[in-house]
Amino acid sequence: MSTEALVVAQNLRKVFPAPKGMKSEPIVAVDDVSFELFPNECLAIVGESGSGKTTVARMLVGLETVTGGSLSVRGEDRNKGARGLAGRRRWAREVQYVFQDPYSSLNPRQGIGDIIQASLSLHAPGNPGKRELKLKAGEILDSVGLGSAFHRKFPHQLSGGQRQRVAIARALAADPAVIVLDEAVAALDVSIQAQILNLLSDIRARREVSYLFISHDLAVVNQVSERMIVMEQGRVVDAGNTAELLANPVHPYTRSLRAAVPGPGWKPVRRERLAS
Amino acid sequence: MTLSIKPPVKTVKRAAVELRQPGVLQKGYERLGLVGTAAAAVLLVIVLAAVSAPVLAPYDPDFPDLLAALGGPTAEHPLGTDALGRDILSRLMWGARVTLAGPGLVILLSTVVGTALALVAAWCGGRVDTVISWVLDILFAVPGIVFALISVAIWGPSLLTVVAGLAVAYVPYVARVVRGAALRERNLPYVSAAWLQGQSGVGITFTQILPNVQPIVIAQAVSSLGFAVIDLASVSFLGLGVQPPTADLGLMVKSGFDSVLRGHPGEAISAGVLIILIVWCVTVIGDRLTSTARSMR
Amino acid sequence: MSEALLTLTDVRAVLHSRHQSQSLLNGVSFSIAKGEALGLVGESGSGKSLTTRAVTRMLDPAFEVSGSISFDGAEVLSMGPAELRNYRSRDIGMIFQDPRAHVNPVHTVGDFLTEELVRNRGLAREEVEQRAITLLDEVGVRYPERRLTQYPHELSGGMLQRVMIASVLLAEPRLILADEPTTALDVTAQSDVMAILDEQRRARGLSLLFITHDLELAAACCERLAVMYAGEIVEQGAHVYESPRHPYTIELLGARPSIDQRLERLPVLQYNRDIHEQLKAEA
Repeated sequence: MSTEALVVAQNLRKVFPAPKGMKSEPIVAVDDVSFELFPNECLAIVGESGSGKTTVARMLVGLETVTGGSLSVRGEDRNKGARGLAGRRRWAREVQYVFQDPYSSLNPRQGIGDIIQASLSLHAPGNPGKRELKLKAGEILDSVGLGSAFHRKFPHQLSGGQRQRVAIARALAADPAVIVLDEAVAALDVSIQAQILNLLSDIRARREVSYLFISHDLAVVNQVSERMIVMEQGRVVDAGNTAELLANPVHPYTRSLRAAVPGPGWKPVRRERLAS
Repeated sequence: MTLSIKPPVKTVKRAAVELRQPGVLQKGYERLGLVGTAAAAVLLVIVLAAVSAPVLAPYDPDFPDLLAALGGPTAEHPLGTDALGRDILSRLMWGARVTLAGPGLVILLSTVVGTALALVAAWCGGRVDTVISWVLDILFAVPGIVFALISVAIWGPSLLTVVAGLAVAYVPYVARVVRGAALRERNLPYVSAAWLQGQSGVGITFTQILPNVQPIVIAQAVSSLGFAVIDLASVSFLGLGVQPPTADLGLMVKSGFDSVLRGHPGEAISAGVLIILIVWCVTVIGDRLTSTARSMR
Repeated sequence: MSEALLTLTDVRAVLHSRHQSQSLLNGVSFSIAKGEALGLVGESGSGKSLTTRAVTRMLDPAFEVSGSISFDGAEVLSMGPAELRNYRSRDIGMIFQDPRAHVNPVHTVGDFLTEELVRNRGLAREEVEQRAITLLDEVGVRYPERRLTQYPHELSGGMLQRVMIASVLLAEPRLILADEPTTALDVTAQSDVMAILDEQRRARGLSLLFITHDLELAAACCERLAVMYAGEIVEQGAHVYESPRHPYTIELLGARPSIDQRLERLPVLQYNRDIHEQLKAEA
């Protein structure tokens, strides 16, 4: 395993302009964020809503532009956005994205088999024929636990967990080095969540891939990630080995997050009065 | 490591039930409801009668029989004859062809052009969207009839000139609705996902966005068809559209007008009622399609 | 145990549609004593939200509801319109997952809090406002006077949920129905809101029906738990979290990742409808 980082973010910054017609300041969503993602590891970005964790992920795949700092994948600068269609396709083979909501992230009018084949036809090496694509799509769907019966189905015929498997399969079809999982299990029931988390670990056992796992759920993060960074209001406030950070949180913000997680003997506690 | 996760039995069973596709008739009934289905049935009868006019019409619609002029309903002429002694039923059947085909062409043209403009505007956004919206707003401000009149003034009165003029006038009605729907779809994660996969803008528009706005396109087209029927009939009534002796419902209302004063309202009333019936059917179907298209989102 | 406030006995709900009839609640029975909190826990589709809607008589008319729902001796299912209005506005208070969907965005927080009481109970506006300010303060809203003139969009989700709690308390109900009140909130805000809810209902001796998918959260905030699966309560009591007996509850608890230890694999639920039916047949 090489020790060179796949993704390097340095002093990353994102400022959203103030909404039109409102007398408000521009919003600094991400401020001075630096991290590295190495091959075959899972790095979690933890934070509450408004912490900027999703914005970091969206900048990485090119859904948002970068305001300042630098962001590179395998040494290639990603600040300026993808150059043309070929550039976007090349990027897609490096970083893939799985959205939180398994309902709106699949085209309701596209069959499951088609969704995977469309991704494969863009990214599969060589120029595979139709039959080959179909075969390959079958293998990939099989690897996420969806049998051949699912090829002809449409998203509305699937449960939330099955849809999220399709979204993961679509990401795998591009054979990426990094998969960004943006709250990918947050919308799922506990029983389904466990299956998807197991699937994610199975995938890593079979092939080399890194996850950038965006989540607010510390228990889930503990299950999947080796390292984590904690974000608060756009800034990284804590970083380190996941198990160690959660076992002995030192930073006050990490401690307060840790203390708010229900478990045996836990009672809800009230912080200071809220001003906003 | 191999996967040991099997899909739960429960979902497999449910999926099996859902896979049973309902028939076309049942699907149509679910989309249109009772009244909508009735309207569709009536419209189907009218269309079939119009299409088969050359075979089914009892008389040549243009053949005058001055001896039988302005006759009331008889066994030979079920709806009577007009001032020139032509069989009204035959003229209705032939006239319905023109009255349906003209607006059909208007809607077909305006839907294709309007949808294309809307998709381009929604996908490109920015300046392209601003310019397209601006042009559409200007077109919107001008009543459809005015376009038909301008077209007639340039190329002379005929069905095709009027159709061309109205087609332009109907573009913004289609484009505005479709643009709104396409913008909504554009902002959904599945479109972002396709973009992140490296699909081209054209590819995304055709494989992702168009299939999802298609119910709205169809609903809007059918709804506009009713207006187009009225507009075209009005232009013919003014004498600027279809030219005599060709049978057309709008023209029949006009030519029957003089007979009304002479105590023979048969031609004007039957043609007028048929226009109303066509417009009613089309409007009801359009309304139903629109509400199902909305509820599907 | 003290007297029951709300008692459901064999409540069933069947959804009739053109093609089929689906039985979605299959004999739900539980009761909540005065001053007691019951956590109704289940995954999506288990029927927990349907149960609350049955209790508030807000189920779609397409549902055929049978059984008995008795509130302090009165049968909810046979209430007339006037009784029902009274029951909904005075006896029960509701807190929802998405507070923003339940406030009118063009009305100020003050209007939202006072309107109902001023209009329907004939109280003086100044008096209600005073009480609202006191209550907002109690639920941890700073500068309560200023909040009354603000609009919902100016408040964060956690803050708005506190306003909802204050509005429910203001009406002085006897039972609070809280349907996933913290699901849309961050963990720290969740801890706050649950602490406030817990503290307030204890201080006032109110009963609470807490609907959630989170067994651990429910266990921390309720005296008793009831676990739902497929429109039935599979297990209920004070023991459920510490020593679950029903296989579904045991598996559900095991499937949730732990913050203290990382497992090689998470146990996956084997429980399904077939096992469920089989267990029922054996019992």
